[in-house]
Formats: sequence, structure tokens, C-alpha cells
Amino acid sequence: MRHLLSAGDLSRDDAHLILDTAEEMRSLADRPIKKLPALRGRTVVNLFFEDSTRTRISFEAAAKRLSADVINFSAKGSSVSKGESLKDTALTLQAMGADGVVCRHGSSGAPHLLATSGWLNGSVVNAGDGTHEHPTQALLDAFTMRRHLGSLEGRRITIVGDVLHSRVARSNVLLLSTLGADVTVVAPPTLLPVDMTSWPCATSYDLDATLPKSDAVMMLRVQRERMGEAFFPSAREYTRRYGLDVHRMAQLPDEAIVLHPGPMNRGMEISAEVADSTRSVIVEQVTNGVAIRMAVLYLLLSGTNETTNEEPVA
Amino acid sequence: MNPAPTTHESPDSHAAPRTVLDASDISRALTRIAHEILERNRGADPVVLLGIPTRGVGLAARIRDRIAAVEGRSVPTGSLDVTMYRDDIGLKPARALEHTDIPPGGIDGKVVVLVDDVLFSGRTIRAALDAIGDIGRPKAVQLAVLVDRGHRELPIRADYVGKNLPTSLVERVTVHLTEYDEADAVVIADKPARKPGDKSGTPTAGSTAPTGVKA
Repeated sequence: MRHLLSAGDLSRDDAHLILDTAEEMRSLADRPIKKLPALRGRTVVNLFFEDSTRTRISFEAAAKRLSADVINFSAKGSSVSKGESLKDTALTLQAMGADGVVCRHGSSGAPHLLATSGWLNGSVVNAGDGTHEHPTQALLDAFTMRRHLGSLEGRRITIVGDVLHSRVARSNVLLLSTLGADVTVVAPPTLLPVDMTSWPCATSYDLDATLPKSDAVMMLRVQRERMGEAFFPSAREYTRRYGLDVHRMAQLPDEAIVLHPGPMNRGMEISAEVADSTRSVIVEQVTNGVAIRMAVLYLLLSGTNETTNEEPVA
Repeated sequence: MNPAPTTHESPDSHAAPRTVLDASDISRALTRIAHEILERNRGADPVVLLGIPTRGVGLAARIRDRIAAVEGRSVPTGSLDVTMYRDDIGLKPARALEHTDIPPGGIDGKVVVLVDDVLFSGRTIRAALDAIGDIGRPKAVQLAVLVDRGHRELPIRADYVGKNLPTSLVERVTVHLTEYDEADAVVIADKPARKPGDKSGTPTAGSTAPTGVKA
């Protein structure tokens, strides 16, 4: 594995390796010294062309806990606002010797371009590209579900909300189906992609019918910033039909958990009572995110790769 | 699942494997080590056993059982993965991590006895000492190994040795334990010739990886 661009690129063995490695990384959080020497001397660049709080901080914490040097780049306040192209930015990073580039971009496919263009030698991790994919989010969701539900084989997982604009939904559907889960996507017809036939999941427009058959339910954020037009008549109508409140939550089986990738619109897709309830694992998802990103960075960057010239230190 | 630190594939035809310790030899050595640990530390009180995966974990559990039989109480026992502390981490493809399990009481102020199967270059133990330093500050660290095969590359020695086994660098020492393998045995065999760098037997022979299987 050289890059992590899509959750769909991961085989079941790859996914299990990442999840198992993250399990070991997570125990680090309980130690007095939260530091491992695995990436000493490696440089990780967080290349963020889009706003992000938790993903960027999570990757930064992960890289630092592995002793890598971290350079944070955000498009605001950089030469990108002067019109620098992605290529020139990439060449600059290459000249600085970036071993790993964590890229978030508003355009789908930007990390793929970075990885395949030859501009960069380092490993590229997709930290969310447009409406395409967000593989580390899917991995941390799967990790969180696995910790609560055990093996995901045959588990019924429901993803609710703005699937059309959601890279989280796409990555989750791909990864969860790889891991053997039965995924159902629930959304208003206007917020589903036109052609869902290539997605390895079921679809439904009826949340109430799906909840009793769910071991985990993942609420997606309604992404108003990506909505140029009206996808539903009003926020209240959306909330009434697709929002998760305590009454809907009561329909879930006893062991079922509630996830949300954040940031939440409390009162919109998820009510505050649900977000703060004992079934909610939303805060734990953030903790697990650091462990997953440590695992990904460790597996991508710790070993040799053909592009770095290491002298043997024997 | 993951490849064990010691290889245990059956050596090929040109190597004549011989068993240097059988099940009862291993059993006696571990009983003696358990007694030596108790004697040296005046009882089981300060002792925490940490096995180095894979085989060291099984050996640590066996030593724990023997200490329990003598003292009537169990000593805290865990495992310590040193993968991320190895000095060759950047020279080989990324390796899967093994499980680290520090006993609930921690290691601060305790006597940590590291347990491993084969002591060779000493690099694993150096990595383990670094790993321990990130977890706590034990009163002392001691080292128990089933086999000391010599060829140290670092100033490290074992406190408790099951068997000193003079070996040549072209030989490979393999520990089999029933927890992981068919039977208890320590087997010595010629290293199957793979790469020229492997056969020459010196660490400076130009191969990127250290020669020893068990570093």
C-alpha cells in the first residue's frame, strides 16, 4: 500500500490490518508518554484546501504521536490565494521532502491527481476530496463499530441523510461492504445520487421502517454549503422525516449505536438528546480517529519505499 | 497470523536441523529461571514479567505459572511489542504490530523481567528498553531468555539464561512452543541460502537488513 485514496481500494485483509494496528495505537492514549518513535525523521504535510477542524487536528495529533515532523498548510493565507496551482504547490512540497501528504480538497480526485501525477514522491492520504471519498473517516467509523459490535460480518448498518454530497457515505458504503456488513442508505430521493446501482448497498426512503433492523445508525450532516439549490422543502420537514430524535432512537434494537462524522447540526439531522445519549459514540469516534490515522500513517510511511534513498544504518 | 520473530518454517533439505533442547530440557530451564528470578529479587513482590512477542509471551506465561506454584501467588504478566522501537524500522517494509499489554499496576518502581526466546544481536532488547522508558520508570530491568546464541552487537547481557548455545552466524536457532507450534523444542539448522547477503554472515555485507533472523 503506497497511498490511501479510496476506501474501495482496500481489500478485506488491508482493512483488518489497519483496524488491528489502530487497536494497538489506541492503547497509547492510556500511557503517560503518548509518543512512539516509528516515524522519527519523516515529514508529514497536512495539505488542506478546505476548512476542517477535527480531521486536520486528528492527522496532526496522529503524526506527532508517531514522532513525525508536521507541516500544516491551509489554502487560506498561502500562495494558493495568490493563484498558485495544485501542481506548483505539490512541487514545492516535493522540494521540501515531504514523505507523506495528507490532502483535503474541494475537488473530487485532487488527491488521486497528486498521487499519480509524479509531482510528488511521498505517500498521499485522502483526507476528503469534494463529494468523492473520505477513507480515514470510514475506517474510524468501522473501527468504532467493531469495538462496540464485534465483527461487522452480517451487521446491519444504516446511513442516513445527505448521501448525494457525502464523501463519508461513499467511503463507508465501500468499506463496510468489504468488511461484510449489510448497508442500507436512507435519504430523501433528492439527496441520493441518480444511479445507485453500482453502490454495494440497499436504499430506502423510509427511516422509520429501517431503524428497527439496524445495529448501527450513522447520521450524516446536511451539507448546506454544497447545496446550491433546494433539495428539500424546509429544514423542519427534513428533520421530521429524516432527523434522529429520542422517539426514533427508541425504535433501535437495544445494543444499537448512533454515529455522526461531525460537525453536527444539532436539531437538524440529530437532536441534542440523541447526540448526548449513552448510545451515541460521537465523541469516541474522534478519539478513534487519531488511532486510525496513526495506523494509516504508520503503515504507509514507516517502512522502506522505493522512492526514499536510505543508507543502511547497520 | 503475523510472522513470528523467529522463523519456524521447516528448514529445507540441505540443512540438517538438530534439536538442542527438547520439551523436558525447556521445562527444567524455565523452572530454574523462575527460581532464579525469585531468589535474585527476594520473592515475587516487585516482579513484573513482560514477554516480547511472539514466543516471549508464551515463555513469560510459563514462568508466571512456575512462580505461582512456588510462591502461591501470581505475578503481573504482560507483553511488550517493540516493533516501532526497532532500529531497522525504516529499512524494511512496514510490519504489523504485535499486542502490547501492560499489567494494570503499571511498571513504575517494579522490577521488570523481560522475557524473550533467543538472545542474539541484542537489538530487540535495546528496542525493548526504549519501549519501557516510554511506559514508565521501573526500579530495575532484568532479562530472561531461553537461549543465548551469542554474536552480540550491543553491550547487552541476559540475567537469566536457559541455555548458552554457541552458534555460527550461518545457523538459525528456532524456538518451538506448544502454544504456537506442534511441540516444545529448540532447533538449530543451517540458514537456507536465499540471498548472497544472507549467507556472508556479516552485518556489513551490503544487504540492507541485518543478517540475523533474530535481531
